[in-house]
Amino acid sequence: MKLISAIIKPFKLEEVRQALIDFGVEGLTISEVKGFGRQKGHTELYRGAEYTIDTLPKIKIEILTDDNDVPSIVDVISSSANTAKIGDGKIFITNVDEVIRIRTGETGSDAI
Amino acid sequence: MKLFNYGLITLATLLSPAVLSSEINSGDTAWILTATALVLFMTLPGLALFYGGLVRSQNVLSVLMQCFAICCIVSVVWVVYGYSLAFTGNGSIIGGTDALFLSSLTRDSASGTLPESLFVVFQMTFAIITPALVVGAFAERMKFSAMCIFTVLWVTLVYLPACHMVWGGGYLSSIGVIDFAGGLVVHATCGVGALVAAMMLGPRKGFPGGSLVPHNRPMVVMGAAMLWVGWFGFNGGSAVAADSSAGMAILVTHIGAAVGALTWMTVEWVKTGKPTVVGIATGMVAGLATITPASGTVGPQGALLIGFLAGLICFYATQMIKGFFKIDDSLDVFPVHGVGGILGILTLAFIGKPDGFLGAGAAGFDPSVFDQFMIQLQGVIVICLWTLVFSWVALKVTSLITDIRVSNESEHEGLDLTEHNESGYSSG
Repeated sequence: MKLISAIIKPFKLEEVRQALIDFGVEGLTISEVKGFGRQKGHTELYRGAEYTIDTLPKIKIEILTDDNDVPSIVDVISSSANTAKIGDGKIFITNVDEVIRIRTGETGSDAI
Repeated sequence: MKLFNYGLITLATLLSPAVLSSEINSGDTAWILTATALVLFMTLPGLALFYGGLVRSQNVLSVLMQCFAICCIVSVVWVVYGYSLAFTGNGSIIGGTDALFLSSLTRDSASGTLPESLFVVFQMTFAIITPALVVGAFAERMKFSAMCIFTVLWVTLVYLPACHMVWGGGYLSSIGVIDFAGGLVVHATCGVGALVAAMMLGPRKGFPGGSLVPHNRPMVVMGAAMLWVGWFGFNGGSAVAADSSAGMAILVTHIGAAVGALTWMTVEWVKTGKPTVVGIATGMVAGLATITPASGTVGPQGALLIGFLAGLICFYATQMIKGFFKIDDSLDVFPVHGVGGILGILTLAFIGKPDGFLGAGAAGFDPSVFDQFMIQLQGVIVICLWTLVFSWVALKVTSLITDIRVSNESEHEGLDLTEHNESGYSSG
Protein backbone atom coordinates (compact mmCIF):
# COMPACT_ATOMS: atom_id res chain seq x y z
CA MET A 1 0.00 0.00 0.00
CA LYS A 2 1.16 3.50 -0.82
CA LEU A 3 0.26 7.00 0.23
CA ILE A 4 0.28 9.43 -2.67
CA SER A 5 0.62 13.07 -1.58
CA ALA A 6 0.23 15.72 -4.25
CA ILE A 7 0.88 19.44 -3.79
CA ILE A 8 -1.10 21.36 -6.41
CA LYS A 9 -2.24 24.87 -7.31
CA PRO A 10 -5.42 25.71 -5.37
CA PHE A 11 -7.52 26.59 -8.40
CA LYS A 12 -6.79 23.14 -9.90
CA LEU A 13 -8.43 21.33 -6.98
CA GLU A 14 -11.85 20.93 -8.60
CA GLU A 15 -10.38 19.52 -11.81
CA VAL A 16 -8.05 17.10 -10.02
CA ARG A 17 -10.76 15.94 -7.63
CA GLN A 18 -13.16 15.27 -10.51
CA ALA A 19 -10.49 13.41 -12.50
CA LEU A 20 -9.68 11.22 -9.50
CA ILE A 21 -13.34 10.42 -8.89
CA ASP A 22 -13.81 9.59 -12.57
CA PHE A 23 -10.83 7.22 -12.30
CA GLY A 24 -12.48 5.46 -9.36
CA VAL A 25 -10.73 6.79 -6.28
CA GLU A 26 -13.14 6.39 -3.37
CA GLY A 27 -11.67 8.76 -0.83
CA LEU A 28 -9.04 11.42 -0.34
CA THR A 29 -7.86 13.96 2.20
CA ILE A 30 -7.38 17.63 1.30
CA SER A 31 -5.47 20.23 3.30
CA GLU A 32 -4.63 23.88 2.71
CA VAL A 33 -0.87 24.24 3.00
CA LYS A 34 1.77 26.92 2.46
CA GLY A 35 5.28 26.62 1.12
CA PHE A 36 7.66 27.47 -1.68
CA GLY A 37 9.61 25.76 -4.41
CA ARG A 38 11.21 27.14 -7.55
CA GLN A 39 8.26 29.49 -8.00
CA LYS A 40 9.26 31.23 -4.74
CA GLY A 41 6.68 33.67 -3.36
CA HIS A 42 5.21 36.81 -4.85
CA THR A 43 5.28 40.55 -4.16
CA GLU A 44 2.47 42.65 -2.76
CA LEU A 45 2.06 46.40 -2.17
CA TYR A 46 1.45 48.35 1.02
CA ARG A 47 1.09 52.14 0.67
CA GLY A 48 3.52 52.33 -2.22
CA ALA A 49 6.07 49.95 -0.74
CA GLU A 50 6.62 46.53 -2.25
CA TYR A 51 7.12 43.56 0.03
CA THR A 52 7.63 39.86 -0.53
CA ILE A 53 5.38 37.05 0.55
CA ASP A 54 7.79 34.11 0.84
CA THR A 55 5.28 31.32 0.83
CA LEU A 56 2.41 30.58 -1.48
CA PRO A 57 -0.88 28.90 -0.66
CA LYS A 58 -1.15 25.39 -2.12
CA ILE A 59 -3.44 22.41 -1.72
CA LYS A 60 -2.22 19.00 -0.55
CA ILE A 61 -4.19 15.94 -1.64
CA GLU A 62 -3.51 12.58 0.01
CA ILE A 63 -4.71 9.28 -1.43
CA LEU A 64 -4.23 5.83 0.01
CA THR A 65 -4.02 3.11 -2.65
CA ASP A 66 -2.91 -0.39 -3.61
CA ASP A 67 0.51 -0.57 -5.21
CA ASN A 68 -0.78 -1.50 -8.68
CA ASP A 69 -2.96 1.65 -8.97
CA VAL A 70 -0.09 4.01 -8.21
CA PRO A 71 1.10 4.70 -11.81
CA SER A 72 -2.44 5.41 -13.06
CA ILE A 73 -3.27 7.73 -10.17
CA VAL A 74 -0.01 9.59 -10.69
CA ASP A 75 -0.94 9.96 -14.36
CA VAL A 76 -4.40 11.28 -13.52
CA ILE A 77 -3.00 13.89 -11.11
CA SER A 78 -0.14 14.91 -13.40
CA SER A 79 -2.39 15.54 -16.34
CA SER A 80 -5.25 17.25 -14.49
CA ALA A 81 -3.03 19.50 -12.36
CA ASN A 82 -0.76 20.53 -15.19
CA THR A 83 -0.69 24.14 -16.42
CA ALA A 84 2.84 23.81 -17.85
CA LYS A 85 3.85 26.79 -15.72
CA ILE A 86 6.19 27.02 -12.80
CA GLY A 87 4.45 26.27 -9.50
CA ASP A 88 2.33 23.30 -10.63
CA GLY A 89 3.53 21.32 -7.61
CA LYS A 90 4.89 17.84 -6.86
CA ILE A 91 3.74 14.31 -6.14
CA PHE A 92 5.33 12.24 -3.33
CA ILE A 93 4.83 8.49 -2.94
CA THR A 94 5.49 6.80 0.41
CA ASN A 95 5.12 3.25 1.72
CA VAL A 96 2.35 2.57 4.20
CA ASP A 97 2.86 -0.17 6.82
CA GLU A 98 -0.75 -0.71 7.77
CA VAL A 99 -4.25 0.74 7.28
CA ILE A 100 -7.09 0.17 9.74
CA ARG A 101 -10.74 1.13 9.20
CA ILE A 102 -11.86 2.35 12.61
CA ARG A 103 -15.51 1.31 12.38
CA THR A 104 -14.99 -2.33 11.39
CA GLY A 105 -11.39 -3.01 12.33
CA GLU A 106 -10.62 -4.16 8.76
CA THR A 107 -6.95 -3.90 7.82
CA GLY A 108 -4.79 -3.77 4.69
CA SER A 109 -6.38 -3.53 1.23
CA ASP A 110 -9.85 -4.15 2.71
CA ALA A 111 -9.58 -0.91 4.65
CA ILE A 112 -8.75 1.28 1.65
CA MET B 1 -38.46 61.72 -5.53
CA LYS B 2 -40.89 64.54 -5.21
CA LEU B 3 -40.60 66.53 -8.40
CA PHE B 4 -39.40 70.06 -8.12
CA ASN B 5 -42.40 71.90 -9.29
CA TYR B 6 -41.27 75.48 -9.15
CA GLY B 7 -44.78 76.79 -9.66
CA LEU B 8 -45.98 75.03 -6.53
CA ILE B 9 -43.00 76.09 -4.50
CA THR B 10 -43.57 79.71 -5.42
CA LEU B 11 -47.20 79.43 -4.44
CA ALA B 12 -46.26 77.89 -1.09
CA THR B 13 -43.79 80.66 -0.50
CA LEU B 14 -46.46 83.30 -1.06
CA LEU B 15 -49.02 81.62 1.16
CA SER B 16 -46.95 80.60 4.14
CA PRO B 17 -45.57 83.25 6.50
CA ALA B 18 -43.15 80.72 7.97
CA VAL B 19 -41.59 80.15 4.60
CA LEU B 20 -41.74 83.83 3.72
CA SER B 21 -39.11 84.76 6.24
CA SER B 22 -36.63 82.28 4.85
CA GLU B 23 -36.80 80.14 1.75
CA ILE B 24 -34.60 77.48 3.33
CA ASN B 25 -36.30 75.33 5.96
CA SER B 26 -34.01 74.20 8.74
CA GLY B 27 -36.05 71.07 9.54
CA ASP B 28 -35.96 69.87 5.94
CA THR B 29 -32.29 70.74 5.72
CA ALA B 30 -31.42 68.84 8.89
CA TRP B 31 -33.18 65.70 7.69
CA ILE B 32 -31.63 65.73 4.22
CA LEU B 33 -28.17 66.32 5.73
CA THR B 34 -28.75 63.10 7.67
CA ALA B 35 -30.31 61.25 4.75
CA THR B 36 -27.33 62.12 2.53
CA ALA B 37 -24.98 60.43 4.97
CA LEU B 38 -27.29 57.41 5.14
CA VAL B 39 -27.37 56.99 1.36
CA LEU B 40 -23.58 57.22 1.07
CA PHE B 41 -23.41 54.66 3.89
CA MET B 42 -25.39 52.29 1.65
CA THR B 43 -22.56 52.18 -0.92
CA LEU B 44 -19.61 52.50 1.46
CA PRO B 45 -19.49 50.29 3.37
CA GLY B 46 -22.94 48.63 2.96
CA LEU B 47 -23.04 47.49 -0.66
CA ALA B 48 -19.26 47.00 -0.79
CA LEU B 49 -19.39 44.53 2.13
CA PHE B 50 -22.54 42.85 0.80
CA TYR B 51 -20.87 42.21 -2.56
CA GLY B 52 -17.45 41.56 -0.99
CA GLY B 53 -18.83 38.67 1.03
CA LEU B 54 -20.67 37.19 -1.95
CA VAL B 55 -17.55 36.71 -4.11
CA ARG B 56 -14.72 34.22 -3.62
CA SER B 57 -11.87 35.08 -1.26
CA GLN B 58 -9.36 35.83 -4.03
CA ASN B 59 -11.63 38.63 -5.33
CA VAL B 60 -12.86 40.28 -2.14
CA LEU B 61 -10.59 43.32 -2.44
CA SER B 62 -11.36 43.81 -6.13
CA VAL B 63 -15.05 44.25 -5.35
CA LEU B 64 -14.43 46.60 -2.40
CA MET B 65 -12.03 48.52 -4.65
CA GLN B 66 -14.56 48.81 -7.46
CA CYS B 67 -17.24 50.20 -5.14
CA PHE B 68 -14.76 52.62 -3.58
CA ALA B 69 -13.40 53.82 -6.93
CA ILE B 70 -16.90 54.25 -8.37
CA CYS B 71 -17.78 56.46 -5.40
CA CYS B 72 -14.82 58.71 -6.17
CA ILE B 73 -15.21 58.72 -9.97
CA VAL B 74 -18.94 59.49 -9.95
CA SER B 75 -18.44 62.27 -7.38
CA VAL B 76 -16.10 64.06 -9.79
CA VAL B 77 -18.38 63.43 -12.79
CA TRP B 78 -21.31 64.80 -10.79
CA VAL B 79 -19.48 68.05 -9.97
CA VAL B 80 -18.05 68.54 -13.48
CA TYR B 81 -21.20 67.93 -15.55
CA GLY B 82 -23.45 65.31 -13.93
CA TYR B 83 -25.60 67.55 -11.76
CA SER B 84 -25.97 70.06 -14.56
CA LEU B 85 -27.10 67.51 -17.15
CA ALA B 86 -29.46 65.81 -14.70
CA PHE B 87 -31.10 68.68 -12.85
CA THR B 88 -30.83 71.91 -14.82
CA GLY B 89 -32.35 72.91 -18.17
CA ASN B 90 -35.61 71.97 -19.84
CA GLY B 91 -34.61 69.25 -22.29
CA SER B 92 -36.92 66.28 -22.53
CA ILE B 93 -34.07 63.76 -22.39
CA ILE B 94 -31.06 65.55 -21.00
CA GLY B 95 -30.66 68.75 -18.99
CA GLY B 96 -28.59 71.84 -19.59
CA THR B 97 -25.05 73.09 -19.15
CA ASP B 98 -25.79 75.98 -16.78
CA ALA B 99 -24.22 74.32 -13.78
CA LEU B 100 -21.06 72.80 -15.29
CA PHE B 101 -18.42 72.62 -12.55
CA LEU B 102 -21.27 73.81 -10.29
CA SER B 103 -20.35 77.32 -11.42
CA SER B 104 -23.87 78.64 -10.86
CA LEU B 105 -23.96 77.38 -7.26
CA THR B 106 -23.58 80.00 -4.52
CA ARG B 107 -23.61 79.61 -0.75
CA ASP B 108 -27.16 80.97 -0.70
CA SER B 109 -28.70 79.19 -3.69
CA ALA B 110 -31.77 77.23 -2.76
CA SER B 111 -33.42 74.21 -4.26
CA GLY B 112 -36.94 74.03 -2.90
CA THR B 113 -36.58 74.41 0.85
CA LEU B 114 -32.99 73.11 0.88
CA PRO B 115 -29.65 74.76 0.27
CA GLU B 116 -28.81 73.79 -3.33
CA SER B 117 -25.41 72.53 -2.17
CA LEU B 118 -27.21 69.93 -0.07
CA PHE B 119 -29.49 68.93 -2.92
CA VAL B 120 -26.38 68.49 -5.13
CA VAL B 121 -24.66 66.14 -2.69
CA PHE B 122 -27.85 64.26 -1.76
CA GLN B 123 -28.49 63.46 -5.42
CA MET B 124 -24.79 62.66 -5.87
CA THR B 125 -25.11 59.73 -3.48
CA PHE B 126 -27.85 58.23 -5.70
CA ALA B 127 -25.62 58.63 -8.77
CA ILE B 128 -22.86 56.81 -6.85
CA ILE B 129 -24.83 53.77 -5.76
CA THR B 130 -26.38 53.05 -9.16
CA PRO B 131 -23.18 52.10 -11.06
CA ALA B 132 -21.88 50.48 -7.86
CA LEU B 133 -24.86 48.12 -7.98
CA VAL B 134 -23.82 47.07 -11.51
CA VAL B 135 -20.52 45.77 -10.04
CA GLY B 136 -22.43 42.65 -9.00
CA ALA B 137 -22.90 41.66 -12.64
CA PHE B 138 -19.27 41.77 -13.73
CA ALA B 139 -17.65 40.83 -10.40
CA GLU B 140 -14.65 38.49 -10.39
CA ARG B 141 -13.68 39.04 -14.04
CA MET B 142 -13.71 42.68 -15.21
CA LYS B 143 -10.45 44.53 -15.66
CA PHE B 144 -10.17 47.44 -13.24
CA SER B 145 -9.07 49.99 -15.87
CA ALA B 146 -11.99 49.00 -18.09
CA MET B 147 -14.35 49.31 -15.14
CA CYS B 148 -13.22 52.90 -14.52
CA ILE B 149 -13.84 53.90 -18.15
CA PHE B 150 -17.16 52.02 -18.24
CA THR B 151 -18.34 53.78 -15.09
CA VAL B 152 -17.81 57.26 -16.58
CA LEU B 153 -19.51 56.27 -19.84
CA TRP B 154 -22.40 54.44 -18.20
CA VAL B 155 -23.20 57.24 -15.76
CA THR B 156 -23.05 59.74 -18.63
CA LEU B 157 -25.05 57.77 -21.18
CA VAL B 158 -27.53 55.95 -18.92
CA TYR B 159 -27.86 57.44 -15.43
CA LEU B 160 -27.86 61.15 -16.28
CA PRO B 161 -30.54 60.93 -19.01
CA ALA B 162 -32.66 58.56 -16.90
CA CYS B 163 -32.37 60.86 -13.91
CA HIS B 164 -33.27 63.91 -15.99
CA MET B 165 -36.18 62.18 -17.72
CA VAL B 166 -37.75 61.03 -14.44
CA TRP B 167 -36.64 63.52 -11.78
CA GLY B 168 -35.11 66.48 -13.60
CA GLY B 169 -38.23 67.69 -15.39
CA GLY B 170 -37.74 65.64 -18.57
CA TYR B 171 -40.06 63.57 -20.71
CA LEU B 172 -41.17 60.93 -18.21
CA SER B 173 -41.90 63.38 -15.43
CA SER B 174 -43.97 65.47 -17.83
CA ILE B 175 -46.24 62.50 -18.62
CA GLY B 176 -46.66 61.81 -14.89
CA VAL B 177 -44.53 58.73 -14.20
CA ILE B 178 -44.32 58.15 -10.43
CA ASP B 179 -40.87 57.01 -9.27
CA PHE B 180 -40.47 58.28 -5.73
CA ALA B 181 -36.95 57.13 -4.89
CA GLY B 182 -35.58 55.38 -7.93
CA GLY B 183 -37.33 52.21 -9.10
CA LEU B 184 -36.59 53.32 -12.65
CA VAL B 185 -33.72 55.78 -12.18
CA VAL B 186 -31.67 53.53 -9.89
CA HIS B 187 -32.94 49.95 -9.89
CA ALA B 188 -34.20 49.41 -13.44
CA THR B 189 -31.10 51.08 -14.90
CA CYS B 190 -28.64 49.12 -12.77
CA GLY B 191 -30.56 45.89 -13.36
CA VAL B 192 -30.76 46.15 -17.13
CA GLY B 193 -27.20 47.50 -17.28
CA ALA B 194 -26.12 44.48 -15.24
CA LEU B 195 -27.79 42.08 -17.65
CA VAL B 196 -26.06 43.70 -20.62
CA ALA B 197 -22.68 43.68 -18.85
CA ALA B 198 -23.01 40.04 -17.77
CA MET B 199 -23.86 38.94 -21.30
CA MET B 200 -21.11 40.99 -22.98
CA LEU B 201 -18.39 39.89 -20.56
CA GLY B 202 -19.47 36.27 -20.59
CA PRO B 203 -19.71 33.97 -17.60
CA ARG B 204 -17.00 33.39 -15.00
CA LYS B 205 -14.81 30.33 -15.49
CA GLY B 206 -16.59 27.49 -13.76
CA PHE B 207 -20.12 28.84 -14.39
CA PRO B 208 -22.52 27.23 -13.92
CA GLY B 209 -21.10 25.22 -11.06
CA GLY B 210 -20.93 24.78 -7.35
CA SER B 211 -17.53 26.36 -6.82
CA LEU B 212 -18.68 29.98 -7.36
CA VAL B 213 -20.08 30.53 -3.88
CA PRO B 214 -19.85 33.31 -1.26
CA HIS B 215 -16.61 33.25 0.72
CA ASN B 216 -17.82 35.22 3.75
CA ARG B 217 -21.49 35.06 4.64
CA PRO B 218 -21.19 37.08 7.87
CA MET B 219 -19.83 39.92 5.68
CA VAL B 220 -22.89 39.57 3.42
CA VAL B 221 -25.22 39.92 6.40
CA MET B 222 -23.34 42.94 7.77
CA GLY B 223 -23.51 44.66 4.39
CA ALA B 224 -27.19 43.84 3.94
CA ALA B 225 -28.05 45.17 7.39
CA MET B 226 -26.26 48.44 6.59
CA LEU B 227 -28.25 48.67 3.35
CA TRP B 228 -31.50 48.34 5.32
CA VAL B 229 -30.55 51.21 7.63
CA GLY B 230 -29.22 53.34 4.79
CA TRP B 231 -32.40 52.82 2.80
CA PHE B 232 -34.30 54.95 5.34
CA GLY B 233 -32.29 57.88 4.00
CA PHE B 234 -32.72 56.72 0.41
CA ASN B 235 -36.52 56.56 0.49
CA GLY B 236 -37.25 58.84 3.45
CA GLY B 237 -34.89 61.46 2.03
CA SER B 238 -36.59 61.32 -1.34
CA ALA B 239 -39.46 63.33 0.12
CA VAL B 240 -36.82 66.13 0.08
CA ALA B 241 -38.51 67.39 3.20
CA ALA B 242 -38.94 66.45 6.84
CA ASP B 243 -42.65 65.90 6.53
CA SER B 244 -45.44 63.34 6.64
CA SER B 245 -44.40 61.97 3.29
CA ALA B 246 -40.92 61.18 4.66
CA GLY B 247 -42.41 59.50 7.72
CA MET B 248 -44.73 57.31 5.68
CA ALA B 249 -41.89 56.52 3.25
CA ILE B 250 -39.74 55.14 6.07
CA LEU B 251 -42.61 53.11 7.49
CA VAL B 252 -43.49 51.45 4.18
CA THR B 253 -39.81 50.95 3.37
CA HIS B 254 -39.33 49.03 6.57
CA ILE B 255 -42.41 46.91 5.93
CA GLY B 256 -41.25 46.15 2.38
CA ALA B 257 -37.84 45.00 3.64
CA ALA B 258 -39.22 42.81 6.41
CA VAL B 259 -41.90 41.12 4.32
CA GLY B 260 -39.58 40.70 1.32
CA ALA B 261 -37.03 38.97 3.57
CA LEU B 262 -39.63 36.72 5.20
CA THR B 263 -41.20 35.75 1.90
CA TRP B 264 -37.87 34.87 0.26
CA MET B 265 -36.87 32.90 3.36
CA THR B 266 -40.15 30.98 3.35
CA VAL B 267 -40.11 30.16 -0.36
CA GLU B 268 -36.55 28.91 -0.03
CA TRP B 269 -37.45 26.95 3.11
CA VAL B 270 -40.34 25.20 1.35
CA LYS B 271 -38.35 24.58 -1.83
CA THR B 272 -35.01 23.45 -0.39
CA GLY B 273 -35.84 22.41 3.14
CA LYS B 274 -33.76 25.09 4.90
CA PRO B 275 -34.07 28.85 5.44
CA THR B 276 -30.67 30.40 4.63
CA VAL B 277 -29.07 33.59 5.89
CA VAL B 278 -27.98 34.70 2.40
CA GLY B 279 -31.58 34.06 1.33
CA ILE B 280 -33.19 36.21 4.01
CA ALA B 281 -30.68 39.01 3.31
CA THR B 282 -31.30 38.86 -0.44
CA GLY B 283 -35.06 38.91 0.08
CA MET B 284 -34.62 42.03 2.19
CA VAL B 285 -32.78 43.77 -0.66
CA ALA B 286 -35.50 42.68 -3.10
CA GLY B 287 -38.19 44.06 -0.79
CA LEU B 288 -36.34 47.37 -0.48
CA ALA B 289 -35.73 47.72 -4.22
CA THR B 290 -39.40 47.02 -4.92
CA ILE B 291 -40.83 49.42 -2.35
CA THR B 292 -38.43 52.18 -3.48
CA PRO B 293 -40.50 53.69 -6.34
CA ALA B 294 -43.74 53.17 -4.41
CA SER B 295 -42.60 54.49 -1.04
CA GLY B 296 -44.09 57.96 -1.64
CA THR B 297 -47.40 56.61 -2.89
CA VAL B 298 -48.51 53.48 -1.06
CA GLY B 299 -49.58 52.97 2.55
CA PRO B 300 -48.66 50.25 5.05
CA GLN B 301 -51.13 47.67 3.66
CA GLY B 302 -49.83 48.23 0.15
CA ALA B 303 -46.30 47.77 1.49
CA LEU B 304 -47.22 44.34 2.86
CA LEU B 305 -48.31 43.30 -0.62
CA ILE B 306 -45.24 44.81 -2.28
CA GLY B 307 -42.89 43.04 0.12
CA PHE B 308 -44.66 39.74 -0.51
CA LEU B 309 -44.55 40.10 -4.30
CA ALA B 310 -40.88 41.14 -4.13
CA GLY B 311 -39.81 38.09 -2.14
CA LEU B 312 -41.79 35.73 -4.34
CA ILE B 313 -41.13 37.10 -7.83
CA CYS B 314 -37.49 38.11 -7.30
CA PHE B 315 -36.73 34.65 -5.88
CA TYR B 316 -38.00 32.92 -8.99
CA ALA B 317 -36.42 35.54 -11.26
CA THR B 318 -33.06 34.75 -9.65
CA GLN B 319 -33.47 31.03 -10.35
CA MET B 320 -34.49 31.79 -13.95
CA ILE B 321 -31.63 34.09 -14.93
CA LYS B 322 -28.86 31.74 -13.86
CA GLY B 323 -30.66 28.40 -14.16
CA PHE B 324 -32.78 28.80 -17.28
CA PHE B 325 -31.16 31.60 -19.26
CA LYS B 326 -27.64 30.64 -18.08
CA ILE B 327 -26.62 34.30 -17.74
CA ASP B 328 -23.88 34.83 -15.16
CA ASP B 329 -25.24 38.03 -13.62
CA SER B 330 -22.90 36.99 -10.83
CA LEU B 331 -24.49 38.58 -7.77
CA ASP B 332 -28.05 38.65 -9.20
CA VAL B 333 -28.37 42.38 -9.84
CA PHE B 334 -31.08 42.10 -12.50
CA PRO B 335 -33.45 39.66 -10.78
CA VAL B 336 -33.21 41.47 -7.42
CA HIS B 337 -32.89 45.15 -8.37
CA GLY B 338 -34.13 45.29 -11.97
CA VAL B 339 -37.13 43.03 -11.49
CA GLY B 340 -37.80 44.54 -8.05
CA GLY B 341 -37.69 48.16 -9.25
CA ILE B 342 -39.94 47.45 -12.23
CA LEU B 343 -42.34 45.43 -10.07
CA GLY B 344 -42.66 48.34 -7.64
CA ILE B 345 -43.19 50.86 -10.43
CA LEU B 346 -46.05 48.84 -11.91
CA THR B 347 -47.67 47.65 -8.67
CA LEU B 348 -47.96 51.13 -7.15
CA ALA B 349 -50.66 52.01 -9.69
CA PHE B 350 -53.00 49.39 -8.19
CA ILE B 351 -52.49 50.18 -4.50
CA GLY B 352 -51.73 53.90 -4.53
CA LYS B 353 -55.27 55.31 -4.24
CA PRO B 354 -56.34 56.16 -0.66
CA ASP B 355 -59.89 54.97 -1.34
CA GLY B 356 -58.81 51.97 -3.42
CA PHE B 357 -57.41 48.47 -2.90
CA LEU B 358 -55.12 48.31 0.20
CA GLY B 359 -55.16 52.09 0.08
CA ALA B 360 -55.07 53.13 3.75
CA GLY B 361 -52.39 55.77 4.13
CA ALA B 362 -51.73 56.00 0.38
CA ALA B 363 -50.95 59.36 -1.21
CA GLY B 364 -52.95 58.85 -4.40
CA PHE B 365 -52.67 60.28 -7.91
CA ASP B 366 -55.05 62.04 -10.29
CA PRO B 367 -55.34 59.61 -13.24
CA SER B 368 -57.41 56.45 -12.97
CA VAL B 369 -55.67 53.25 -11.86
CA PHE B 370 -55.58 51.98 -15.44
CA ASP B 371 -54.29 55.27 -16.87
CA GLN B 372 -51.60 55.49 -14.21
CA PHE B 373 -50.61 51.90 -14.90
CA MET B 374 -50.19 52.68 -18.60
CA ILE B 375 -48.08 55.73 -17.70
CA GLN B 376 -45.92 53.59 -15.41
CA LEU B 377 -45.58 50.95 -18.12
CA GLN B 378 -44.44 53.59 -20.57
CA GLY B 379 -41.79 54.67 -18.07
CA VAL B 380 -40.57 51.08 -17.73
CA ILE B 381 -40.36 50.57 -21.49
CA VAL B 382 -38.54 53.84 -22.14
CA ILE B 383 -36.01 53.40 -19.33
CA CYS B 384 -35.32 49.72 -20.05
CA LEU B 385 -34.85 50.21 -23.79
CA TRP B 386 -32.69 53.29 -23.23
CA THR B 387 -30.54 51.43 -20.70
CA LEU B 388 -30.27 48.34 -22.89
CA VAL B 389 -28.95 50.31 -25.86
CA PHE B 390 -26.65 52.70 -24.04
CA SER B 391 -25.19 50.12 -21.65
CA TRP B 392 -24.20 48.20 -24.77
CA VAL B 393 -22.69 51.35 -26.28
CA ALA B 394 -20.78 52.11 -23.07
CA LEU B 395 -19.24 48.63 -22.91
CA LYS B 396 -18.54 48.53 -26.65
CA VAL B 397 -16.68 51.82 -26.51
CA THR B 398 -14.78 50.62 -23.44
CA SER B 399 -13.77 47.44 -25.28
CA LEU B 400 -12.34 49.53 -28.13
CA ILE B 401 -10.07 51.29 -25.63
CA THR B 402 -8.94 48.29 -23.58
CA ASP B 403 -9.75 44.64 -22.89
CA ILE B 404 -12.82 44.52 -20.66
CA ARG B 405 -12.02 41.12 -19.20
CA VAL B 406 -8.91 39.94 -17.32
CA SER B 407 -6.83 37.04 -18.70
CA ASN B 408 -7.83 33.46 -17.86
CA GLU B 409 -4.78 33.12 -15.68
CA SER B 410 -5.60 36.28 -13.77
CA GLU B 411 -9.18 35.13 -13.29
CA HIS B 412 -7.92 31.84 -11.86
CA GLU B 413 -5.45 33.46 -9.53
CA GLY B 414 -7.92 36.11 -8.42
CA LEU B 415 -8.24 39.83 -9.16
CA ASP B 416 -6.92 40.91 -5.75
CA LEU B 417 -3.38 39.83 -6.57
CA THR B 418 -3.34 40.24 -10.34
CA GLU B 419 -5.16 43.60 -10.57
CA HIS B 420 -4.15 45.20 -7.28
CA ASN B 421 -1.08 43.35 -5.97
CA GLU B 422 -2.76 42.86 -2.60
CA SER B 423 -4.48 39.98 -0.92
CA GLY B 424 -7.59 40.19 1.23
CA TYR B 425 -6.47 37.57 3.68
CA SER B 426 -2.79 37.50 4.58
CA SER B 427 -0.98 34.33 3.62
CA GLY B 428 1.86 35.00 6.06
